[in-house]
Amino acid sequence: MFPILHLGPLAIQAPGFILLVGLWLGMSLAEKHSLQFGVKKDYVSSIVLAAAGGALLLARLAYAAEHLDAYLARPLSLLSLDTAALAPWGGALGALLGAFIYGQRKAIPWAAMLDALSPLLAVMGVALPLANLASGNGYGAPTSLPWGIELWGTMRHPSQVYEIIAAAFILMDTWPSYGIEPPRPAGRTFWRFAAWTAGARLFLEAFRGDSTLLPGGVRAEQIGAWLVLAVSLWVLGKLREAEAAERETFAASSEKEQL
Amino acid sequence: MTMGIILLAGALWIALSAAPDQGKTAQGLETAPKEGFLAPDFTLQDLNGQTYTLSDLQGQAVLLNFWATWCPPCRAEMPAIAQVYADYQAQGFLVLAVTADDTRAEAASFAAEYGLPFPILVDSSAQVARAYRITSLPTSFFITPQGIIQKMIVGGPMSEAGIRANVEGLLK
Repeated sequence: MFPILHLGPLAIQAPGFILLVGLWLGMSLAEKHSLQFGVKKDYVSSIVLAAAGGALLLARLAYAAEHLDAYLARPLSLLSLDTAALAPWGGALGALLGAFIYGQRKAIPWAAMLDALSPLLAVMGVALPLANLASGNGYGAPTSLPWGIELWGTMRHPSQVYEIIAAAFILMDTWPSYGIEPPRPAGRTFWRFAAWTAGARLFLEAFRGDSTLLPGGVRAEQIGAWLVLAVSLWVLGKLREAEAAERETFAASSEKEQL
Repeated sequence: MTMGIILLAGALWIALSAAPDQGKTAQGLETAPKEGFLAPDFTLQDLNGQTYTLSDLQGQAVLLNFWATWCPPCRAEMPAIAQVYADYQAQGFLVLAVTADDTRAEAASFAAEYGLPFPILVDSSAQVARAYRITSLPTSFFITPQGIIQKMIVGGPMSEAGIRANVEGLLK
């Protein structure tokens, strides 16, 4: 754990700093390669901004809806800078809505946009467990294994390190390359990233010590990851079918031309 | 076919890796300054010399707020904390405001200026701040009547509605 970075006279909150650096690196990577996916460079930063705005707005509104009595007593608190008064599910919904509205207005093809954003998401996939390692969040379950780390009073799985390693592999898989044709069909890069990420979460959540437990001790995060994995694999299957059909049609028309 | 095998393996892994049912989360009842854990115990005196021991306060919902007079967000959130304390005190809610950076005289002057109605505890050796691993101010811990940290908020200022929401969560 290294929650504070001391740089000369400056004391910097390491987790926030890591996330900001991750966002900057991810945006740079996504913007650099967006044209390979058929998306204008400017659209990447604009859609991220729209998603961030939507996330902030709906996260606060959702939090207020969850605690209606408190906000009815003090409605002006809706406008406060209280960063703890945000609902993550509202933030996720707001991000999707903000991005959707911007994408519709600019008529951006969705599959291509998701592909173009995948490098950013993959970099954030590394930055998040790194920030958790700094803050001590996302800690592991108790273990007696020799590579356990002492955290919160006991030896635990270094679950953040497991997640960093998994995310680094996913980033390598998602990393766009120069000089090759854009991936076909559009959307495959994103859904492949989603499938790997969900698979990693499904496996690694078992080593976490802070999972939300459902009756029977089942971890809610694993159920969520399983559902995302199922959807991702299904979409990837459909994309493969579409690709095969396109190839057959192309081959048939080529044969006709030759005849 | 492959998709079915992967999903079946995933479902099996979920069943195999289920944690023993210890409540809402998997961390159990260990002591640590972290959400879901038992709050570290301490004993401190307030400005009037009255002693407060956290473990003696079981049965009461507690907001443990680490602050300092030099910290602008700490000052900004104090009136909201005082208002919520006034509204929920009768229902078993207590605020313990701990300062490790001020002398008794500084803390007393600040409490008088803001008319703070709750105990101000002076942690002159910073032992409690160390036990709670305080790295920035303000930091607040919302502690259930069972002594478990339900919410930890680093930074501020907290809004009044945000504090109310957390206190209502403790008193449920």
